[in-house]
Amino acid sequence: MGGNMEVAQEILNAPAAAKEAVELSGSQALLEALIVEGVDTIFGYPGGAIMPIYDALYDYHDKLNHILVRHEQGGIHAGQGYARTSGKVGVVFATSGPGATNLVTGLADAQIDSTPLVCITGQVFAHLLGTDAFQETDVINITTPVTKWNYQVTDANEIPEVIAKAFYIAKSGRPGPVLIDITKNAQIQKFDFKGYTTCNHIRSYRPKPIVRPQYIQEAAELINSAKKPFVLWGQGVILGSAEQEFKAFIEKSGIPSAWTILGAGAIPTDHPLNVGMLGMHGNYGPNVLTNECDVLIAIGMRFDDRVTGRLDKYAKQAKVVHLDIDPAEIDKNVKSTVPVWGDCKETLPLLTALIEPKKHTEWLAKFNDYTSQEFDAVIEAELNPKTEEMTMGEVIKQLNEITKGEAIIVSDVGQHQMVACRYAKLNNTRSNITSGGLGTMGFALPAAIGAKFGAQERDVVAIIGDGGFQMTLQELGTIMQTGVNVKIIILNNRFLGMVRQWQELFNERRYSFVDIQSPDFVALAAAYKIPGKRIEDRADLPAALNEMLNNKGSFLLEVMVTKENNVFPMVPQGCSVSEIRLK
Amino acid sequence: MENQQEKQEFNITVYTENQIGLLNRIAIIFTRRKINIDSLNTSPSEIERIHRFNIVITESEDVVRKLCRQIEKQVEVLKVYYHTNEDVIWQELALYKVSTDVIAEKVSVERLLRENGARAVVIRKDYTVFETTGHREETDNLISILQPYGLIEFVRSARVAIIKDSDGFNRKLREFERLEPGEDVIENEYLNQGQKVFTM
Repeated sequence: MGGNMEVAQEILNAPAAAKEAVELSGSQALLEALIVEGVDTIFGYPGGAIMPIYDALYDYHDKLNHILVRHEQGGIHAGQGYARTSGKVGVVFATSGPGATNLVTGLADAQIDSTPLVCITGQVFAHLLGTDAFQETDVINITTPVTKWNYQVTDANEIPEVIAKAFYIAKSGRPGPVLIDITKNAQIQKFDFKGYTTCNHIRSYRPKPIVRPQYIQEAAELINSAKKPFVLWGQGVILGSAEQEFKAFIEKSGIPSAWTILGAGAIPTDHPLNVGMLGMHGNYGPNVLTNECDVLIAIGMRFDDRVTGRLDKYAKQAKVVHLDIDPAEIDKNVKSTVPVWGDCKETLPLLTALIEPKKHTEWLAKFNDYTSQEFDAVIEAELNPKTEEMTMGEVIKQLNEITKGEAIIVSDVGQHQMVACRYAKLNNTRSNITSGGLGTMGFALPAAIGAKFGAQERDVVAIIGDGGFQMTLQELGTIMQTGVNVKIIILNNRFLGMVRQWQELFNERRYSFVDIQSPDFVALAAAYKIPGKRIEDRADLPAALNEMLNNKGSFLLEVMVTKENNVFPMVPQGCSVSEIRLK
Repeated sequence: MENQQEKQEFNITVYTENQIGLLNRIAIIFTRRKINIDSLNTSPSEIERIHRFNIVITESEDVVRKLCRQIEKQVEVLKVYYHTNEDVIWQELALYKVSTDVIAEKVSVERLLRENGARAVVIRKDYTVFETTGHREETDNLISILQPYGLIEFVRSARVAIIKDSDGFNRKLREFERLEPGEDVIENEYLNQGQKVFTM
């Protein structure tokens, strides 16, 4: 087999015209394809139906770094973390049946958060399909609603073309997860491999709409005539690598700009035009002033219901300019006045060229007024509390002071996520990794592992609640085995805090199954040979954070925080963004 | 806003590659919003290896437009159009099985065929199968006529529809095949210049 491999490599390196067929198995062809696609890391878990691929992988361990996770869900979240920090396609291997079904949550998460993934699942032999064979499950139909594209390979000859399509679809246009299910016979089957050509065109697939100057023109006119324009940006700016173009646009136009949680970090937190976070637990000004602005410019965001609150009372006074690469997002939730369809990397410079340089000083000051109101009512007590017990916010504040905003922050789902997104200082793009659309508890620990593999030179800090941590804590084993350097902060309030908050506010404090007990997390980490510390006193916080960050490898820091704190501001469900509550 | 729009029948025409699993991918776009598909037909189109779905649903135009965009977003879907019943020529085919004895004895078969635009497909000693093609009222009409004579079996096909204002898909397909398609393939994505509304 080794000899075969070398031949294959030679042929791959040769110019296209000189390519001759070489006999490879479907599994080998798959791995050759991954190498040409620039894959360096695979997150996976072996099993019966994917054994031929793992057997082939044995010969490729010097080219492809396979990370053995502890659960396929951990594998796919790691793939997401990797993709989000590196900007590359995350690659995940899983076996058939339960291996494949364990991917479903991660696929749904990647689908709603537009994360490029290629997941390879093993499948039973083609002749056994439909017979309820051992570990057979109809993966293609199960994953259809949660993938951008999926395909079942039953013949090795299809592999090069299908993998090329998979990568192209995953990363182009609005990115998303792709699943390729390969039957065992196709993995084993030898065929004439004629080299691998990447894909750049599928006739039925248009990754991005053509930019029409007319709409750029109309958008520019609206923006130029606006007295109180307001920019909302989302992850599209990051996915399109359009951070510079975006910065140039807002700096020339002088427009106050607010972010969705997946857009956080596209420009630095302390940029003067960055007025904060949108949505249910976003900042006061951005929510209230959404209903006062005259032109709303939405860039690479999709008006999620957590951002808009009650739709029929959302920005009704405003003309809406919506820039998005996905035609299906335009007018889906909020009717646009001017749709600027296209990749914002292309459309933003065109728009910037047509807008007049301005400074909306008074209008920007209005945001700052709201910020000080919010500071007095909420932020001060969260970041500089007078309470005996620590708050989540002060932990983030301390962390900011030590990392100076240079770390990648990976958060799980719940109160700590909102606090982390609200208060984390982010100097760099691709630094806020969280499960935005799906809200997947258990996301953070495996995603942080992947995030570190995707950005090895950067510090990765996972901020996780005591509930979410217990959903995927088996991935401590992955940290132990790979030695990956991930800092873990558990903000332990001994409650499923966000649900508790809702029960307090809306269900007359009927605390129904939110009181959650935890193991000794530090002892648990120790069992995985990960050093850790548990602190309860404010005085210990700076030293503990320093110890964590200065530790050579991973470290788990459990911080006991106040039990019944609520995240504010809050737009209660069914309310308009301007009805945001400060308490 | 969309709740205020009245629901009506829409004919959705989808041009696709011939791909296993695509039917499911398209169907779930309706089912996830709990929308019933009134009629669904898949067939070849005017172009070899390009398939054509005819889907009929009863919904408001606003919802139909969003559904069409979500269908068109699927990788193997080339193009989606939606039209009201006025904008298409449509037909459904129906088959009716009745006892030959009864029909021969009690009905003026000739008149029945003539008045309903029906024809006999099979005439056997024991049963006769009639066929009509037309709109729902027409095929329904023959049911009520035959029911008193002991209609044994009835079946109606999905709707097939031809778009009145369409010059076919050949030219568009050539655009799709180009790496940098021209504006022809993106007609639906932009404001209709005159009316300031989206068209699909």
